[in-house]
Amino acid sequence: MPDILRGGTILLALLAVAALPFLVDGYWLSIAVTIMMYTALATSWALFSGPTHYIALSTGAFYGIGGYLVATGMSDFGTSIWTMMAIAPFLAALLAGAIGIATLRLSGVYFVIFTLGLAEMIRNLVSWVQNNFLGSKGLYVLTELEERHIYWMLLAVTLAVFLFGWRLGRSRMGFALRILGNDEEVARHVGIDTARTKVLLFMTTGFFAALVGAIVAPRYYYIEPNVVFSPELSFLVVIMALLGGTRRLYGPLLGVIPFTLLWEVVSASFPSATTMVLGLAFLLIVYLIPDGVTGLIEKLGKRSAP
Amino acid sequence: MDVVISGLLLGGAYALVAMGLNLQYGVARIMNLANGEILILGGLAAFWAFVSFGLSPLLTLVIVAPLAFIGSWAMYRLLLRPLVRRAKSRGQLEVDSILATFGISFFLVGVMVSLRAEYFTYSFLATPVHMLGTTVAANRLVAALIAAAIGGALYVWLNRSRPGMAVRAVAVSPEAAGLVGIDVDRISAFAFALGGAVTALGGCLISTFVTLDASSGVIFTMKALIIVIMGGVGDIRGAIIAALILGLVETAVATIIDPGLTLVAAYAIFLAVLLFRPQGLFGQGNA
Repeated sequence: MPDILRGGTILLALLAVAALPFLVDGYWLSIAVTIMMYTALATSWALFSGPTHYIALSTGAFYGIGGYLVATGMSDFGTSIWTMMAIAPFLAALLAGAIGIATLRLSGVYFVIFTLGLAEMIRNLVSWVQNNFLGSKGLYVLTELEERHIYWMLLAVTLAVFLFGWRLGRSRMGFALRILGNDEEVARHVGIDTARTKVLLFMTTGFFAALVGAIVAPRYYYIEPNVVFSPELSFLVVIMALLGGTRRLYGPLLGVIPFTLLWEVVSASFPSATTMVLGLAFLLIVYLIPDGVTGLIEKLGKRSAP
Repeated sequence: MDVVISGLLLGGAYALVAMGLNLQYGVARIMNLANGEILILGGLAAFWAFVSFGLSPLLTLVIVAPLAFIGSWAMYRLLLRPLVRRAKSRGQLEVDSILATFGISFFLVGVMVSLRAEYFTYSFLATPVHMLGTTVAANRLVAALIAAAIGGALYVWLNRSRPGMAVRAVAVSPEAAGLVGIDVDRISAFAFALGGAVTALGGCLISTFVTLDASSGVIFTMKALIIVIMGGVGDIRGAIIAALILGLVETAVATIIDPGLTLVAAYAIFLAVLLFRPQGLFGQGNA
């Protein structure tokens, strides 16, 4: 396809997506917001975890930092939501950098375990500080922002993630990452600073997750640490990204849309079965579609080609 | 003194669970993230037997152990061995087994929630016992003593018997063990099943003095992992000492500072170990 045609198609699709809040509202708009949120989270997760094969379960931690900073800034310190939205991602990126330096030199399991408990630990620490020093237990996020404004902001973040991923794929660092993903030994021998590359990329995913958390905060109105530091969110992001496939930039998107819809149906009709569905989804991916939907499509395409 | 005694008693129960995970990861090379759920299943069984039939948790132990052994064995054979066979590298097996055992863990939580959605707690041997100038609940003492007995038996069996030696050989080097005529596949399945049984026993014991619910398994998985890493993977002695340290630190932080900070304390230790001794307190090899 010529570039100009391809660019036009993408632009048209983008306009259609951006116009969505004028066409639907209420229930479907809220689903669209959820899909947009998970697209940003899952795509930025895949930018790091796809090539490195490090399963980061820290999305919930960074998302929580974003949401909680907005809430505490507005409730306890009277700052505006915009200030907090600007600060939160940078703080999260700093934290991600510190975690990265401490854990990324170690093998995969250590990293998974550490990131798994991270949200829990931060939640415990934040609750303790909140209860003992800040006085108020719950925080109110009262803004003029409507669902559609949140949707547009998330769309902008998602675009930023995609642009970043696209640029990364064409940069020196992206090239380094692909070598690193294939064989870390080789990458080290050809002079790639593997630890630095991984830490920088991990910081980026932390940055985006906190930004999403900060933008979504007004959706809650009332926030306690227990609400935003959600381990479930981390798992959902991993499942969606793996379901879609992490080898292509658009891969996670193909997992986010079906899984969000499925999740909506399950949590509305069978709320007690959600964890079981989560478990089955993990098993399904590992045993049947280890490379995700995009991997499956590619495999089928190869088979039918002469 | 209070803190030291109750910390050590808590650590005793942790040690048993960490030993179970150590067998699974050290020998079968599967990082079983559903370990905590096996523990909760053991606790749920003890609760259910006690409430429905008035069965003492100490009797339930005898029933739970073989059941958990068979269940874990089936889990390894049906779900995990295909991954071991499929994996092209250690790294791929690691990623696949992490995802698969997470799946199993969520599935088990789902099953348990449908069985009992509320907390399960019961009163067993909640009588005070005076020892060394302090007072502890009898159930904690009994749990720690039984944990010590099971752990001791396991240690002796691993280090003094021929089958125990085979298990240790597989842990050190599966290739070399295969060359000297050890059926690595069978030993791996056996160690995984044994690890599951030990973990479930730990769950029965812990349920006598800790209030559990269907979804608290993940916290125990993390604690067991922290202990295993702290003690050095595959090192039973290290695991026991690490468990006692964790029990002590958690109890100290909970009583002296704030109960809300126990997990934070566990994490602080974990991070310190990762940074300064990634091979574990007593390990020698590479992490």
